[in-house]
Amino acid sequence: MPVNATLATYSDWTYGAAVAIYFFAAVLYLCEAAFARPEKAKERELVAAGGAQADGTWTPGLVVKPELSRVERLGRMGLALNVLGAGLHLASLVLRGFATERAPWGNMYEYGSLLTLAGVVTWLVLVRKFPVRRLGGFVLVPIVILMFLGGTVLYADAAPVTPPLQSYWLVVHVSVISISSGVLLVPGVASVMYLLKSSGRARFRKLPEADVLDRLAYRSTVFAFPLFTIGIICGAIWAESAWGRFWGWDPKETVAFVSWVVYAGYLHARATAGWRGRPAAWINSFAFALTVFNLFFINLVTTGLHSYAGVG
Amino acid sequence: MRTILAFLRNTWRGLTAMRTALTLLFLLALGAMPGALLPQRSLNSFKVDEYIAEHGWWGRLLDELQFFDVYASFWFSAIYVLLFVSLVGCLLPRTWEYFKQMRAKPVLTPRNLARMPHHASADTTSSPQAVIEHAERRLKGWRTVTRDEPDGSRTISAERGFLRETGNLVFHFSLLGLLVAFALGKMFGYEGQVIVQANGGQFCNSGVYNYDTFRPGLRVDGTQLNQFCVKVDDFDATFLHNGQAESFHAAIQYQSGADLETGTWRPYPLEVNSPLRTAGDRLYLLGHGYTPLFTVTFPNGDTRTGATQWRPVDQVTLASEGATKFDPPNVPDAEQRRKSQLAITGLLAPTAAFQGELLDSAFPAANDPAVAIDVYRGDLGTDSGRGQSIFSIDEKMVRDGKLTKVARQNLKQGEQLTLDDGTVIRFDGVRDWVSLQVSHDPTQVWVLVFSVLVILGLAVSLSIKRRRVWVRAAPQEDGRTVVEVGGLARTDQAGYGEEFTSLSRDLLAYEKES
Repeated sequence: MPVNATLATYSDWTYGAAVAIYFFAAVLYLCEAAFARPEKAKERELVAAGGAQADGTWTPGLVVKPELSRVERLGRMGLALNVLGAGLHLASLVLRGFATERAPWGNMYEYGSLLTLAGVVTWLVLVRKFPVRRLGGFVLVPIVILMFLGGTVLYADAAPVTPPLQSYWLVVHVSVISISSGVLLVPGVASVMYLLKSSGRARFRKLPEADVLDRLAYRSTVFAFPLFTIGIICGAIWAESAWGRFWGWDPKETVAFVSWVVYAGYLHARATAGWRGRPAAWINSFAFALTVFNLFFINLVTTGLHSYAGVG
Repeated sequence: MRTILAFLRNTWRGLTAMRTALTLLFLLALGAMPGALLPQRSLNSFKVDEYIAEHGWWGRLLDELQFFDVYASFWFSAIYVLLFVSLVGCLLPRTWEYFKQMRAKPVLTPRNLARMPHHASADTTSSPQAVIEHAERRLKGWRTVTRDEPDGSRTISAERGFLRETGNLVFHFSLLGLLVAFALGKMFGYEGQVIVQANGGQFCNSGVYNYDTFRPGLRVDGTQLNQFCVKVDDFDATFLHNGQAESFHAAIQYQSGADLETGTWRPYPLEVNSPLRTAGDRLYLLGHGYTPLFTVTFPNGDTRTGATQWRPVDQVTLASEGATKFDPPNVPDAEQRRKSQLAITGLLAPTAAFQGELLDSAFPAANDPAVAIDVYRGDLGTDSGRGQSIFSIDEKMVRDGKLTKVARQNLKQGEQLTLDDGTVIRFDGVRDWVSLQVSHDPTQVWVLVFSVLVILGLAVSLSIKRRRVWVRAAPQEDGRTVVEVGGLARTDQAGYGEEFTSLSRDLLAYEKES
């Protein structure tokens, strides 16, 4: 199978550009978060000045139009750059796919690229639904780090994949797992922020409200968890035809099972008296740490059947 | 007696409590972890031995505590059995509750709807009767009960989202089913591996002795294997220029069922992602390697050809090592034979790359095969009673001086060497072998069925919300009617707000319509 070198080069350039733009977007988001006044104080002021929301409830979809402050502008610029970066990121992935004439998630570099794209898209969807834009920096920083590592340490040239990977299950299993892991990045960050916010320390008072963070984490996990389950089961079906058994406690399978169990624990904890709030947020943060551990440690350090990293 | 009963009851309650279940769930996760971090016997017993040897008492302690067989260990089993019991204990009452609720009517309308998390109200000139009739039409698909209250108000209690609990129960019961099917599969299944020469070599699944390795389930004694035979006609691998494999293809023929009697062979292209499924078993192409061909011409003119598979030691370049062993011809006396057995060991490179005298493999395809061999003569120890690998010679025989090295040389295809006694060894080239695996798992289709149910149950239970809405139309003294709507999400509040907003807008918009 020939590889189109020109397209592969364009793909690399757009990837690099996306990382750089995400970086600037993260800086802008972080500036907004740093210079903004704490959420609580701002709300009180708005109510006092306008008196518009007499009943004191916050209605989703209702846009209160204050004058755009300088800080607000920074956040909006960050968001705009974020969207631009996501476009380039998507372009990079698509170009890679055309260059190699296969699904562009055959090694760790490509996998990481799809994963982070899923994380960014989830973030962009959620930021429209929840008033959490100043969280942007904290979402984008891990994404920039992951993409930077992916583009340097884990980078693999565009090439066809080995025979075990030549299956339509590559398209299904890897994309579903990678997308669900990417989506799970956002609730992971949200839960860590929840823990910071609910610790009550003054320096974290500018973060979004704790219950908003909690709802955001829960709703995105509820979306990603069935997806993750589907991914694992597709992997089992594929393993049955490629490796001779559907489940064999390969390190990757084991850690995927463990994170699945921990995420299930999170969903249960959130519905159990005494486990709501901080304990649940701890579990969710830990579950995401496991996902990252599964991506890096298991692929790079242990040897198993999932050693497709393409890293020499 | 009473104390015993109380103890049992408390144990059962404790075990089925949610926090116990959660703790067990985390213990399960924690217990599974060592399996990913420590080498496991089921995956690579060689690495386990290496680990134990390297870590001394620590390794032996881990071994004693079954940390190298995590998923078969007593403690891991204890965790999942307890979790299993806890799950059953959780599910039974919930199922009972579920059926009771299926028949129950939606609850009475609370007196003060303004206290509900979602609330809206309006007043209208229409009669309570008309308002409620309008609401009944809007609440199609909800379970509703209409009631009259003593003060002349009319109310509707409505509830929907019972499917959530249905999905929840389906999910958990399927999980149980999956576990049971998995366990049965482990008991009644088996897995065997065998290396077959790819020049017409045959293998029949008729007995355990035909396998190189065989891993039976607890209830498998190996006497009743599913009958089928395969013949490997050819093997073909293609590689990219950097040595990465591009495709593996084994041309095989097989017979099973009635074909065994008629002797009919059916062709099948065996590839990595397409196993052969026949006679209830699956046959996989697991790997491949090379068999070096050596022809030995003994001093008396007799020739013997050796074709023993060597095993790849470098998975990228397929540099292989092994031992091809020969008995001298026409030596009936065992004592005599033990003095003149031959073994050829060393390295096989499918594409030779010499660095001076040092041979290495540059490429996995057999483009220019060469071997770097040590020839040993003496007693191989094949009848010593000690087991020995087909890939190596018994080093003890060398240490004991019973087996001595008589030559060391590099040979390219067609080249030969002569030993001091006039024996000539010629390297004729290589032949492919394939490593096949036969797997038998009678319940794996059930595992699949339950997995699909797990996904369906999960999707339903996480996407559907159980929620309630109440409408009260209360007549006023001035002839108008006050309509109040209250809403409550039974499970997760998030997301009900939008639905309630549009619902209450419709329910309160009666006046404009009429």
